[in-house]
Amino acid sequence: MARRATPEVNAGSMADIAFLLLIFFLVTTTIEKDKGIARQLPPNEEVTDPPIIKQKNLFIVNVNKNDQLLVEDKLMELKDLRQAAIDFLDNGGAPAGSPERCNYCKGKRLPESSDNPDKAVVSVQNHRLTSYKMYISVQNELVAAYNHLRNRESQRLYGWDFTEMKKDLDEANYQGNEEELQTKLENIQKLFPLKLSEAEPKKSGQ
Amino acid sequence: MSKFTKKKSGELPAVNTASLPDIVFMLLFFFMVVTVLRNNNLLVKNELPKADQVEKLKKDRSVYIFAGKPSARYQDKYGKEGKIQIGDKYTDVSNLKAALTEARAKLLPELQDKVMVALKVDKETNTGLVTDIKQELRDLNMLKLIYITAPGTEIEN
Repeated sequence: MARRATPEVNAGSMADIAFLLLIFFLVTTTIEKDKGIARQLPPNEEVTDPPIIKQKNLFIVNVNKNDQLLVEDKLMELKDLRQAAIDFLDNGGAPAGSPERCNYCKGKRLPESSDNPDKAVVSVQNHRLTSYKMYISVQNELVAAYNHLRNRESQRLYGWDFTEMKKDLDEANYQGNEEELQTKLENIQKLFPLKLSEAEPKKSGQ
Repeated sequence: MSKFTKKKSGELPAVNTASLPDIVFMLLFFFMVVTVLRNNNLLVKNELPKADQVEKLKKDRSVYIFAGKPSARYQDKYGKEGKIQIGDKYTDVSNLKAALTEARAKLLPELQDKVMVALKVDKETNTGLVTDIKQELRDLNMLKLIYITAPGTEIEN
């Protein structure tokens, strides 16, 4: 058999083929980034003696089926909700000298509003026909109020923003002592604990 | 002396493109690896509400629940009422527990206790449906949940 040299395969078009595939994958790729509002549900167990919450420590947000807001028995626009929640949480109405006095609050210290952030509870009541969009907007505004206050306190105590540091920690971008940061974050969370309660939605006609 | 004087060649040498395919292949492999082809065939309309106070979802430990009106092409068959979808099929509120337990079993064993439920709910759904889902989750003791949202805010400036 005569041995023939195999002719070399022309690889000049390989780049073109690879480019074609590359462009296909570039176009179809959606790097999904799911973000959202995280929440912890209360465990489903019978509460034997529910704690009594004073009326002044409750911030009631009522959303009706037409997506209208009733905050503390007053009709309110969504854009005003954040400030109203901040005012309520930051009020610090406990009288000076009492153990419940909140030293870091900068609110108006009205006696008819919340005693301190630890006691203040935000209660959201939805109608079953409230739209999900409205529900999320309300939750978003309330979380924003908490974040605003937490950022203020972390700026005062440590000189950085609570939300940004938490994000860094979650994404493992933080260079430094993570445990120390974790305790600092928890300290700030303790200053303004997230107390959001959700009542069972009312059925129509109730 | 003439050692250091450059030889003058009038023409520019052609750029060697032999490594171009390699570079392109490298990029290609990168995109092939990161590409996630959509594995959930959406049966419901899924336009997420907007929010900006958000946290990131840890994907390895999450179970997805979709809810919303059936998509346009399924509306003849299933009507326009809000529906729940887990995996590739519609689920009723009464079957939710079984479907969720099944979905949880697919996660890595060490992460099953830390399961997080990601709710992807269309913005025009009624809150009642979401409440029903939450009630079932409480019964199942899957208490961590995250409402997946789109970036932005709903308040018009």
